[in-house]
Amino acid sequence: MTPGGWPLGRWRSRTAAAAVLAALAGLPLVAPTYYLHLLTLTFCYGIMAMSLDLLVGYTGLSSLGHAAYFGVAGYTAGVLATRYAIGFWPALTLALAAAVIVAALFGLLAIRATGPYFLIITLALGQIIWGLAYRWVSMTGGDNGLRGIPRPLLGPGLHLAEIRPFYYFALIVTALAAGAMSLLTLSPFGLTLRGVRESESRMRALGYNVWLHKYLAFVIAGAFSGLGGALYAYYNGFVSPADVSLVASANALLMVVLGGSGTLWGSMVGAALLVFLQNLISGITQRWLTILGAILVLSVLYAPQGIVGAARALAARAAPRPESRRAPVPTAEPHP
Amino acid sequence: MGRMTLELEGVSRRFGGLEALRGITLRVPEGARRAIIGPNGAGKTTLFNVITGELAPSTGRIRLFGRDVTRLAAHRRAAMGLGRTFQITNLFSRLTVEENVLLALQALSPRKYAMVRPLRRDAALLRRARSLLEPAGLWEKHATEVRALSYGEQRQLEVLLALAGRPRVLLLDEPAAGLSPGERREMARFIKGLDASLTILLIEHDMDVAFEVVETITVLHLGSVVAEGSTEAVRADPAVQEIYLGTVEARGAR
Repeated sequence: MTPGGWPLGRWRSRTAAAAVLAALAGLPLVAPTYYLHLLTLTFCYGIMAMSLDLLVGYTGLSSLGHAAYFGVAGYTAGVLATRYAIGFWPALTLALAAAVIVAALFGLLAIRATGPYFLIITLALGQIIWGLAYRWVSMTGGDNGLRGIPRPLLGPGLHLAEIRPFYYFALIVTALAAGAMSLLTLSPFGLTLRGVRESESRMRALGYNVWLHKYLAFVIAGAFSGLGGALYAYYNGFVSPADVSLVASANALLMVVLGGSGTLWGSMVGAALLVFLQNLISGITQRWLTILGAILVLSVLYAPQGIVGAARALAARAAPRPESRRAPVPTAEPHP
Repeated sequence: MGRMTLELEGVSRRFGGLEALRGITLRVPEGARRAIIGPNGAGKTTLFNVITGELAPSTGRIRLFGRDVTRLAAHRRAAMGLGRTFQITNLFSRLTVEENVLLALQALSPRKYAMVRPLRRDAALLRRARSLLEPAGLWEKHATEVRALSYGEQRQLEVLLALAGRPRVLLLDEPAAGLSPGERREMARFIKGLDASLTILLIEHDMDVAFEVVETITVLHLGSVVAEGSTEAVRADPAVQEIYLGTVEARGAR
């Protein structure tokens, strides 16, 4: 590695990302509409799951209320589009602003808590949003949800009414969001988040304002979750309290864990797994949750680092890196 | 040597019914090398945690470089030039050696909030990390996760991280704990060789290490200062001898 250069692994992962992107871009030419539908849903949930991984895998904050920001943005976009006939771009901007504001407020309350307390407090805050969606009937439609959110008109002649144009739009948004989050993890700030995950007391002793780093991560993750939610609302044309429920938040956490927390891309894989399993298996049997449960148990037993984590470990074992710096290091430490 | 780097005035710290520190008064002049000794449970590490801001004192005042920092957050004290190591190795164990040092190096720069430009593009920072690791013989392992290092190497890194931010006061909490006799001597020599203007407070059980490094010693016992002075004076102090011989009467002496 040259000083300041990229390690070889980065080039590899960039090539891999470009290949996946090219494959996804070519897919509408061959794949049936149903799969494009599932992939578009995967993108929406995947953005949310990746943003949750910024908290869970990188910062070490396990949130159980991450669907709140997804839902706030989804509902904001939906209400603005259906009740006030506001156009796509201003509505999207306001939806993201709403997610950021709610994350900024909730973050003030949640960030001081750690471990299980953080989990519970984010759960409770998420339930507030669920309660609003459920009870504020005049605005949200309550239990019936909010129907008839129109497909976006991006500009003159750019109407995303059909699945294929929307798929491409969602793919571009997802690629940009994933790229931005990936850049964040490689930045100096991204390293500080992993430092916070490993040892808050050491971070403080070095001079880091640990609270601020966690808070910024929380708000950024909320913003990206909101982006996923707004995209979802416009795609689905319908949002309901189920989209902001505890189950939705738990599903997001499941995507992160199944894909491999701390890998960022794993969360997208986890989202794909959940969306495809749910839709394909539920067509065959009523017991898809049982199958999901079995998959989860197997994954925790045999691939605790998730799918991407396990794949990386396998790849590392199969082909030791040519650079000597990756060679296994003899350790003199007597493990107790 | 007239200026005081660190001053504690009547600092106490209570944990429920336990008074871990009782009215500690301590004055450490600039450039001093001071050891804090005392039996287990004397309050040494609690004292460090109160000085660094990890714990708030129940009563008393703390001044750092003449400024009252009693209510100042830990990270702000670190930014003023207060560095510390931990008795129980406290590193970023699932990050590489290099990433550990990078975190220590960028801690006091506003660049730590940069979110777009990849860290790896900062050639100057990477060079500084290398120049810190090379003399310590750890550069060959810069891409190794810290949890895979030997214990001795981890203790070395523990001190390196504290020094990376160029502190003016360094609190070392048993830097030689758990090391082999040879490694202990090496650690003592290393600490002794640090810049003379650096003020050092050292918690140490190993008297050979302590005597090698410091000029003055403060003896803590059950949360109070029981003796203070030059290494010879403290060694000769009957009260200190009683504490270390473990006689019960020593507890009633104060």
